[in-house]
Amino acid sequence: MTTTTVRDDTARALAGGEAPRRWGAWYIAEHRIRAMKGYAGDALFQSFGNPLIYLFALGVGLASLVPQGVGDVSYLQFVAPALMATAAMTVTANETSYPIMMGFKWNPIFYGMNASPITGGQIVSGMMIHIALRAFVTVAIYFGIIVLFGAVPSALGWLSIGTATLTGMAIGVLISTYTSTIEEDRGQMAMLQRFGIMPLFLFSGTFFPLEQLPVWLQPIGWISPLWHGTEIGRVLTYGAAEPLWLTVTHVGYLATLFIVGLWATRKHFVRRLNK
Amino acid sequence: MSQPVISARQLTKTYGDFTAVAGIDFEVAPGESFGLLGPNGAGKSTTMRMVGAVSTRTSGELNILGLDPNDHGPDIRSQLGVVPQQDNLDQELRVRDNLLVYGRYFGLPRRLVAERADALLEFAQLTDRKKAKVDDLSGGMKRRLTIARALINEPRILLLDEPTTGLDPQARHILWDRLFRLKEQGTTLVLTTHYMDEAEQLCDRLVVVDKGSIMAEGSPASLIREYSSREVLEVRFGSDKNAEAAERMAGVGDRLEVLPDRILVYSENGEAALERITSLGLEPITSLVRRSSLEDVFLRLTGRSLIE
Ligand SMILES: Nc1ncnc2c1ncn2[C@@H]1O[C@H](COP(=O)(O)OP(=O)(O)O)[C@@H](O)[C@H]1O
Ligand SMILES: [Mg+2]
Repeated sequence: MTTTTVRDDTARALAGGEAPRRWGAWYIAEHRIRAMKGYAGDALFQSFGNPLIYLFALGVGLASLVPQGVGDVSYLQFVAPALMATAAMTVTANETSYPIMMGFKWNPIFYGMNASPITGGQIVSGMMIHIALRAFVTVAIYFGIIVLFGAVPSALGWLSIGTATLTGMAIGVLISTYTSTIEEDRGQMAMLQRFGIMPLFLFSGTFFPLEQLPVWLQPIGWISPLWHGTEIGRVLTYGAAEPLWLTVTHVGYLATLFIVGLWATRKHFVRRLNK
Repeated sequence: MSQPVISARQLTKTYGDFTAVAGIDFEVAPGESFGLLGPNGAGKSTTMRMVGAVSTRTSGELNILGLDPNDHGPDIRSQLGVVPQQDNLDQELRVRDNLLVYGRYFGLPRRLVAERADALLEFAQLTDRKKAKVDDLSGGMKRRLTIARALINEPRILLLDEPTTGLDPQARHILWDRLFRLKEQGTTLVLTTHYMDEAEQLCDRLVVVDKGSIMAEGSPASLIREYSSREVLEVRFGSDKNAEAAERMAGVGDRLEVLPDRILVYSENGEAALERITSLGLEPITSLVRRSSLEDVFLRLTGRSLIE
């Protein structure tokens, strides 16, 4: 029957924990990518369809009302980097709201993951790797399309793929910090959309420069990660004039939000899963 | 007994002021099939979560496979198979994919996981449903898939929290049959249940738990021998007459237990007890002689029934 001794089992356990300790987050990302088979069509449409619709409606339609452009550039060039950052935000906001709530409640996969050698912190990191990948692909496609529209005169434009992804992730981890604490669905997601995402979208210098808002509304832009992300995008895609320290501040702000949000989300996961 | 694979000393878990597990001691030997039998709220799941190295104990000692879960959670979990009370399969994945992703959590190579997944689907009698959506499976099939998933890492210990709760009798029997096979193969099983027949069927040894404490420990047969009689006579006189009849029956059998709807007479010989009752001029509406069960043990220990 049982031929091994407990000491053998101990050795087996110590060996068995090694790979998951190192690669656990990647196993989770792998799981989430596999789960995309179920909604690949929707995801692809989001990546291709939304940018096309937005670019036509805003960049071509609305642009005809602003023939003089904004500053030195056409209206299309002005909104394109903002829409790119917004596209990243849309993906990350989607992925960090319902899927996080579901993972604890209606499709409680996090508990299943946590019963394996994987830790709560690794679950969060793995989820975020997958989300960042999705945001990155979406933004890269977006970038390709705006290049075709002739909205990227600068040679450094491609760097905005990275900064737009970072923008999305900075917002995503803030949302997951909140959604990982939700026990009951009382319409919090709709509230988040209405009082979080929408105002960000509208008051982050997306459609018009932040300076055109009344002074007392401008601080919304300064705290908005989307504004910071959009401003870097403008520097990178068409060389918008901005002191270097400000560009560095944009990146630093986003990176800080991301680190803090990731840390807080991991903490919430660990606490909730290991009650 | 060989060195235990699980040992708990004064294991305690509190939530705020509430004590869910109140200092329990037990050991599980390798290859043993060990059960926690108790009603809802007894602290079974809480205990299982501590043994599963996902819930941090409040105090006491716990050692799994020679390691302390406080320091070696991932290591211990790499050798466990866990079937939680609530299924947590990924409903967004198909049946086989659930096994594939789970196997990867243990760092196993994809090819090995795929081989094991196919063998386990066979074991769980789900091969023809391998492409099905999890949502389309019956409760019993989901349970079997969860067990298959728990076996993907060839665990040293399989933890089963109420494996058959909510299943119909046929599905339960299929599941018991699968668990029997694992037991025969020498897998250490730790299971919780509030079904006494399940405990009798599957456990070599069990502890009866109530309100976070262990009330008794032993094999199903020894517990019955110690805390109950060989047979039980159940008589009904109609709900308003039971109490009165019970008074007149004092002295019949070893012990009487008056329930709202019936009286239980504990006796080595149920038929003889029934004859004495009729000789007292009492005429039960119905009577039934049966063997004692763990349900009777629980009733004796706590004064309550297992299933409220
Ligand atoms: N996370 C928790 N917070 C507060 N109380 C809890 C928590 N988990 C379990 N309990 C309480 O602990 C007691 C034991 O629960 P549990 O271990 O689930 O019992 P069982 O599995 O035997 O039905 C119950 O009264 C339950 O309400
Ligand atoms: Mg339970």
